Amino acid sequence: MNAMKSINPVEEESRVSQYKLLENGPSKTRKMNYERIKEKLEILADAAKYDVSCSSSGSTRKNKNKGLGDSSGMGICHSYTEDGRCVSLLKILLTNVCIFDCAYCVTRKSNDIKRAAFTVQEVVDLTINFYRRNYIEGLFLSSGIFKSPDATMERLIRVAKKLREEENFNGYIHLKSIPGASDELMQEAGRYADRLSVNIEIPTKEGLKLLAPDKDHKDFIKPMKAVQQSIKQYQSEKKLIKSTPVYAPAGQSTQMIVGATGETDKDVMYSAHYFYNKFQMKRVYYSGYIPVADDSRLPALGTEVPMMRENRLYQTDWLLRFYGFDVREILNDQHQNLDMDIDPKLSWALRHLDQFPVDVNRADKRMLARVPGIGMKSVHKIIQARRYRKLNWEHLRAIGISLNRSRYFITCDSRIFESRDLTGAQIKQQIMINSTSKYHNNFSNQLSLFA
Amino acid sequence: MTTTLLYDGSFNGLMTAIFMIYDHKIKWPIIAPASREQQNLFEGNQEVITDVEKAQRVWKGFKTLSGHRDAHQVYCAFLSEIIGVENTIFDYLKMTFSHQRSPSGDYANPTVLKISQAAKMVGREKHRMEAFVRFHLIEEDVYYANVEPDFNVLPLIAKHFKNRYADQKWIIYDLKRDFGISYDLESVHEVQIDFRNPRGQRGILNTTVPDQSEALVESGSFRESEIQYRDLWNQYFKSTNIKSRKNMRLHVQHVPRRYWKYLSEKV
Repeated sequence: MNAMKSINPVEEESRVSQYKLLENGPSKTRKMNYERIKEKLEILADAAKYDVSCSSSGSTRKNKNKGLGDSSGMGICHSYTEDGRCVSLLKILLTNVCIFDCAYCVTRKSNDIKRAAFTVQEVVDLTINFYRRNYIEGLFLSSGIFKSPDATMERLIRVAKKLREEENFNGYIHLKSIPGASDELMQEAGRYADRLSVNIEIPTKEGLKLLAPDKDHKDFIKPMKAVQQSIKQYQSEKKLIKSTPVYAPAGQSTQMIVGATGETDKDVMYSAHYFYNKFQMKRVYYSGYIPVADDSRLPALGTEVPMMRENRLYQTDWLLRFYGFDVREILNDQHQNLDMDIDPKLSWALRHLDQFPVDVNRADKRMLARVPGIGMKSVHKIIQARRYRKLNWEHLRAIGISLNRSRYFITCDSRIFESRDLTGAQIKQQIMINSTSKYHNNFSNQLSLFA
Repeated sequence: MTTTLLYDGSFNGLMTAIFMIYDHKIKWPIIAPASREQQNLFEGNQEVITDVEKAQRVWKGFKTLSGHRDAHQVYCAFLSEIIGVENTIFDYLKMTFSHQRSPSGDYANPTVLKISQAAKMVGREKHRMEAFVRFHLIEEDVYYANVEPDFNVLPLIAKHFKNRYADQKWIIYDLKRDFGISYDLESVHEVQIDFRNPRGQRGILNTTVPDQSEALVESGSFRESEIQYRDLWNQYFKSTNIKSRKNMRLHVQHVPRRYWKYLSEKV
């Protein structure tokens, strides 16, 4: 406790404000400055939480030379916060000092908040000690941009490098690609990180100009391109030389804020589609805007977080990535926004009743996957089970296929099926009567907002 | 007339029982663990003496027909400890032997469905244990954790923890089944610890009661830094939550209450 008092917090704060984030001495001899670390953790975890990515899967890093950790399996969520989001990585900012003033961001320069900064060694120690106790899968390190993009990126890399080279750490590391950082630094970052991400944040160029006037759309794209190039290069070299050092094995991801600039769902999903195709993104995340600023350009403080909309966007994202849908089938000039009261697959099916009903005993995988209420796991179960016998309603129910929605769209080995010639609106009404959505309360609020 | 085969509760015991059914041509067998003591007074009971060689003959024979994935499902179903699962497993093996191929994927068949459902439950619990184990550094540089899993999943998680924590000694102890797995930097062994305290109070619980945690520090079984790291973790857990998105229903769905006892952030 005494050792702690001897460090003058004011002095440390002033160091931060000068952007000189000096490191302490070697960790082995230093006792943990517990109270101070706790305070920093409070500030810098709080500031990092709006980055929704929590994925810790998709990497190929195995435990080397009896070191610590591995990240080759599926991701593990070690806990869940009370908002229901998974906690799998230690997600913190290196510092919340920032030279930019983006309206949507809680750490913007003009915001009057407490600032803090971790030293490289403090982040390394926290990561290792949390990891050894099985609290986390690894580290997700982001940062406000202090001094310059290159200086910030360089500091992030130093944390990752130290973890890999000095601590022989093979857990998951997700680093932020800082917009404006040099290609050389991005190249280096990927050698230590499993995943790199740069958040586009605002789905439209116009929105970005309005809310982050000192940022340029191109600055976001440039690091994505650099990382994509390096991944491609790694993949082609790996084929020739096995020992090619691994580069960002879990790929890159990005995030968009929804509900901050009046963009349509079509704008959001077409942007997502662009990133998936153009940059082979592993994931695009959608983050319902949480008001953090009293700014006339943005939704007022206290405005409800559009969680329902966010959910529908994720459902659409899944339809594109796993269900073989094309984004234009779901969103187009006639349908610029997703329905809030029903899921996007059901909504699509109601617009294409001519393609139904499908026979579960004969339909191909593609068409089965398009039946509302039948997910990919059910599709696989049906395909396996029907090799043995023709399936009837009892079978489907026993296997665990949810029939509430699907029964209007399928036939099976039974003479009983929905034979009335129902219109889309009638089916929708039937389904809504028979289901209680967990979002029910959200509907009533949000629908009245959109009305 | 049915014959009840009482086995010792081990997987090899079950496989020996299945061997006996074929060997003795038992017509109406029921397999049950001897510990369950539901001995039927009117019918014949037979004790199974576990014979690893016989057991392996059955298991290997099954594995060559079914493949690794299916065999793993059956093993997981066994670990579910569901009453009567032994007989479902026997049915599954019988079907495999008589058709000379496994009925994998025939979900409309109740036996196949039961095995796949039991295996799924066990698989989920395995994954939860990989997530919810919380180590504490105790004396002799051992990372120790207590668990009380719904199913007997320690045999399934050993590999994960061995691969991950290759450079630290650890023990994961199943208080419900009173055995643990211990890694000594070389390999994983099964261990049994003779606790002095009665069941339910033994080992290390995550407690925030101040007197108790102080007592633990004094007795030397809990280092000060352990309490600090636990505290830092709790702080992190609190700070990373977004209050305006609160959704307790979803929270409890992901972290069911029965696991909270060992999660310091939830105490």
